[in-house]
Amino acid sequence: MADLETFRSETRDWLEANCPPEMRAPVRDERDVYWGGRNASFKNDAQKAWFEACRDKGYTVPAWPKEYGGAGLSPAEAKVLREEMGAIGARPPLSSFGIWMLGPALLKFGTEEQKVHYLGQIARGEIRWCQGYSEPGSGSDLVSLQTFGEDAGDHWVVNGQKVWTSYADQADWIFCLVRTDKSDKYQGITFMLFDMESDGISTKPILLISGNSPFCETFFDDVKVPKGQFVGEVNRGWDVAKYLLGHEREMISGADGGDRTSAIGAAMARHSNEHAGELDPLLRAELAMFDVDALAYACMGEKFLDEIKVGKAHPAQPNTMKYAGTELNKRRHELMMATGGSRSLEWDSKDTDGGTPARSWLRTKANSIEGGTSEIMLNVISKRILELPGA
Amino acid sequence: MPLYHDDDQAMLADTARQFMAEEGSIAKQLRHWRDRDCKDGFGHGLWEQFAEMGFTGMLVGEDDGGLGMGHVEAGIVLEEIGRNLTPSPFLSSSVLAATALAGGDKAAREKWLPGLISGEHVYTVAIDEGAKHRPQRIAARAEKSGNGFKLSGKKDFVIHGASADMMIVAARTSGDDDDEDGITLFAVPKDAANMSHDSVRLVDSSMATHTIFDGVELDGDAVIGDVDGGRALLDRMLDAGRLGAAAEGVGVAGGAMDMTVDYLKQRKQFGKVIGEFQALQHRAAHLYSEVEIARAAVIKAQQLMDAGSEKASLMASVAKAKVSKTAGLAVREGVQMHGGIGMTDEYDIGLYMKRDRALAEFLGDANYHADRVASLSGY
Repeated sequence: MADLETFRSETRDWLEANCPPEMRAPVRDERDVYWGGRNASFKNDAQKAWFEACRDKGYTVPAWPKEYGGAGLSPAEAKVLREEMGAIGARPPLSSFGIWMLGPALLKFGTEEQKVHYLGQIARGEIRWCQGYSEPGSGSDLVSLQTFGEDAGDHWVVNGQKVWTSYADQADWIFCLVRTDKSDKYQGITFMLFDMESDGISTKPILLISGNSPFCETFFDDVKVPKGQFVGEVNRGWDVAKYLLGHEREMISGADGGDRTSAIGAAMARHSNEHAGELDPLLRAELAMFDVDALAYACMGEKFLDEIKVGKAHPAQPNTMKYAGTELNKRRHELMMATGGSRSLEWDSKDTDGGTPARSWLRTKANSIEGGTSEIMLNVISKRILELPGA
Repeated sequence: MPLYHDDDQAMLADTARQFMAEEGSIAKQLRHWRDRDCKDGFGHGLWEQFAEMGFTGMLVGEDDGGLGMGHVEAGIVLEEIGRNLTPSPFLSSSVLAATALAGGDKAAREKWLPGLISGEHVYTVAIDEGAKHRPQRIAARAEKSGNGFKLSGKKDFVIHGASADMMIVAARTSGDDDDEDGITLFAVPKDAANMSHDSVRLVDSSMATHTIFDGVELDGDAVIGDVDGGRALLDRMLDAGRLGAAAEGVGVAGGAMDMTVDYLKQRKQFGKVIGEFQALQHRAAHLYSEVEIARAAVIKAQQLMDAGSEKASLMASVAKAKVSKTAGLAVREGVQMHGGIGMTDEYDIGLYMKRDRALAEFLGDANYHADRVASLSGY
């Protein structure tokens, strides 16, 4: 414990010296996020300094081993770092699907060579990754995917189409589920990694109801993928994908300690009083009931993390977190729209920072669709936790 | 502190679960006493067993002869009480009265606690003065009289009011009905003169009273805590009771849910087990998710209370509101998914619905506590 306290005070000093004041403000939206990659540019010097300080210290991925670019922190130390960063409101130095999704999969399934090579690149923010899972006909029924990799000796020739590929137009590489054996629905998928600059790849952004387009359609037309670039085993990519989906659900649910479930009533009431007049009693009641649900949900998040640490959590519990968390987040944004009144409808005004309330509200509607729909979550809970019979 | 039971607490949970399932079961207790129209609404034999198990004095400090445990432990017993709908004075006597008496001076503790711990006596509390929980308004008055007080007023929804050996009454010793200050807690013994009870059986077969105090004479040593300064102790007692009711409610919700999920796995219609139908699966899974959230809120609030955190009151209200909503959902879904059989007296699911209704109302319903969450959060 004494060591941990030393670590805490050292961390505090390090953050004080290295985290610029501009990086201690809440992230407004994607404009404030640094994603790294071959074509990355920093928004300002503070963002650059903060990223580089963290990269050199291994703090872009603090819990990864040092040989893979991390800081090799123990879970307890990583928690201290999270707490201390939270205490000063520090922004994440690097956002990356490589950190959140591919990294955990490589740590579990990758070869030593892959770990050293790819994890290091991810940790240093050199390669920006995108995820190629969903296809036009394979959303919730992901395993029905059709993108096919034909064996051509020393490489595969990949043809097909992916959809909802977040930031595919800005990504350097893709981790992708490709069918390599048509005879077996589950055991015929390979988890491949390849360069988005390969010949035959094209992307097209999909404009969303929020007016933004983080998502793309991605087309593969005779793309050559060298045979060595797969994770796990050939035809056993579904194991990797399942493992990764679990991570994704935890992340989307906010079990990583995000503050989006904290009490909002007081802030909303202030906001309403400033902009929309005195809080309507029925709206106040809705806010109060939301706070009850949100504070209780935050307790479940804390309990879940505590239980994971000692192996007490049900393996399917991330589905419960994801289901309840995303439904709650949608409700939160409905309430933010209601308390903001007509001001929250403004799409392009300076006052609303370019329509942030409305755009965020619309964006949250995807929470219960992406990473597995709420309906899929309920299917998993009823089958794996309640053990109700399969249809 | 991690939000799960430590080894000692897990052991207590195993013991309590087994004991309550065997001795406190619906058939052995609730139905047994209900069908005999029992005037107390609970079995004294079982209450003696509670004492033998050491449950009665869990929240009493070791210096006073109790076990010196906390709200997490009391909640473990209450959850099993809830799961089995076990009628007992545990919440009123061992949680509410024990918490109030802990704030009393040594003489009061020596006078009342041994009977509470041994189970020989049961105590209760008299707070509400109307059909809704509204402890911020207290009109019952105790006027100075000689060395003591004269208590007048009316209290409603006094659980076990007629069978309690002593009731702790919140009365006003100064100020106006809605004032924060001027509250005093009194220990009023069963045989006090000028006190009358109108005893009523409630929907869940428990017994409560409308109690009238018509100049009840009390000695000075009937005061628990400080004269005129009882509001803080009253709040502490109420928060303990609300948390207790929330813990019991999680048991009610869990019991109803388990019974319903089991039924979904057995009942056949259209040649299929009805648990195969996605419409029902999704509702069951949603219910499970809500129960998990409610359970987490309860243990968090218990730990905060035991740690003496200033957030304990807020979380007690979060827990009570969340559990009331969740247990309500559990019993409504339970009766509906059981279909016709769920409407019969013979089947237990309806008993869960009745108990939930009484528990939801006790010490403030979901609306009351959501409103309190808003007030405590400053809006």
